[in-house]
Amino acid sequence: MSHRAALPNPATALHPPVPADPAAGTGPGSVTVKNLLVHRGKADVLQDLSFTIPAGRITGLLGPSGSGKTTLIRALVGVQRITSGTVRVLGRPAGDPSLRNDVGYVTQAPSVYRDLSVLDNVRYFGAMHGRGRADALEAVAAVGLGDFLKRKAADLSGGQFNRVSLACALVSKPPLLFLDEPTVGLDPVLRADLWAQFADMAAAGTTLVISSHVMEEAGHCDSLLLLRDARLLAQLTPAELRRRGGTDDLELAFLHLIRADEQAQDATVQASGGSK
Amino acid sequence: MNWRMMWATNVRVLQQLKGDPRSIALILVVPSVLLAVVYWLYQNETVPPGAPRTFDRVGLMMLAIFPFVVMFLVTSITMLRERTSGTLERLLTTPIHKGDLLFGYALAFSLMAALQSLVATAVAYWVFGMSILGNAGWVVLVAVVNSVLGVALGLLCSAFATTEFQAVQFMPVVVIPQILLCGLFVARDQMNSVLEAISNVLPLTYSVAALQEIAGHADATSAMAADLVVVAAFVVAGLLLASLTLRRRTA
Repeated sequence: MSHRAALPNPATALHPPVPADPAAGTGPGSVTVKNLLVHRGKADVLQDLSFTIPAGRITGLLGPSGSGKTTLIRALVGVQRITSGTVRVLGRPAGDPSLRNDVGYVTQAPSVYRDLSVLDNVRYFGAMHGRGRADALEAVAAVGLGDFLKRKAADLSGGQFNRVSLACALVSKPPLLFLDEPTVGLDPVLRADLWAQFADMAAAGTTLVISSHVMEEAGHCDSLLLLRDARLLAQLTPAELRRRGGTDDLELAFLHLIRADEQAQDATVQASGGSK
Repeated sequence: MNWRMMWATNVRVLQQLKGDPRSIALILVVPSVLLAVVYWLYQNETVPPGAPRTFDRVGLMMLAIFPFVVMFLVTSITMLRERTSGTLERLLTTPIHKGDLLFGYALAFSLMAALQSLVATAVAYWVFGMSILGNAGWVVLVAVVNSVLGVALGLLCSAFATTEFQAVQFMPVVVIPQILLCGLFVARDQMNSVLEAISNVLPLTYSVAALQEIAGHADATSAMAADLVVVAAFVVAGLLLASLTLRRRTA
């Protein structure tokens, strides 16, 4: 027992503290996470995460499937039961009742009523924030579904259905918006449209946290959180990622970081094996 | 509680129903068809002059049982969809109060149930000549309270099902024992003591007792009022327990 206790905790030893907020913009709208830990059963879903999300920017949450992106977003929204650590959102604990008007959340699977029309869906979620018909029409137009107001959500194509879910979050005009893989399964034109829209929203002061497993989308973000196997590999800007990876291809750069991390981990395992 | 959010939920649930005219037709027509079956079932019955027909007794109880069964099924499946489609989790990240959601549901479905029991009661009275001493308005009231009971139990049971298939399986568990023991088949004082004791803690028993009071008395009796209060208490308890199953934070 004693020799094991003497070993450095690999999670902390391998990962020097991530430079907080590389996009430099810690404003009142940011999210601060300290030592966030989430267990499910015996497995770590998130391992000791600490970072800050800048206000009024787009923060990309990137990593392979199963790396913990959705769990992290859920923890930030405050719907995930966490094991330890603190998550503060807009200066309040995540999930605080006073945050419910200020935080928008678009789940990965579109969560809208299939048997309601597009407009009725958006109006209902708008009503939860005291928004009326005009706001609902605006949100529907913003996602490009203005011609499908009366269409039942179930009768829409997959991409349109996704956008109804997005409109249901936009209608309340939250200052902080969490989007879990909003562009998955969308065609390239639509993806570009959405990213342009996210950029407009950020320019207007909205803080966006967007998860994706498509590395090419990282280029649209101001700041990146790279997740792998429940750990935070790095927080950096796309430019820094290109520099550290030694390539302009963000996907290759991320792979490069992962390889380096794996080697470092293997080295620790060997070192600890030798010390026994 | 926030009336606007409750009302928005009520409107939304009704809009969902409106989009499904076949379900509306089934809800409104099926009870009358089943009443007709019961009527013809006892068509050749011979009763001594002056004694009530069996149809008057059984048909009356069925007026209260239909909305209970139908609303239990409709609610548990609608709520289960709400839980599995992610819309519930999304709603619970908004400022909506759990009570707004539950009462919005209860209000929408009890409006539907009121329509259903108006149709069924009208058919029972005017087509099949059901005759009881009490006022038909009280019968409709009991039917509506019963439907809200179905809503409350449906909301609660949806928490214990993960698929629609499971949700339907709760009907034999929750609904059928109540129908068997409510006094429809065997008067409760003729049951063995164990079954009678069980029937004493089942809400449908009290709805049926209220209906028997209405059938036997021209004016509303205090016993009927007491029975309705008991059913209402079950409704409140069901809704409170259901609200405990709505979790804003999950693992």
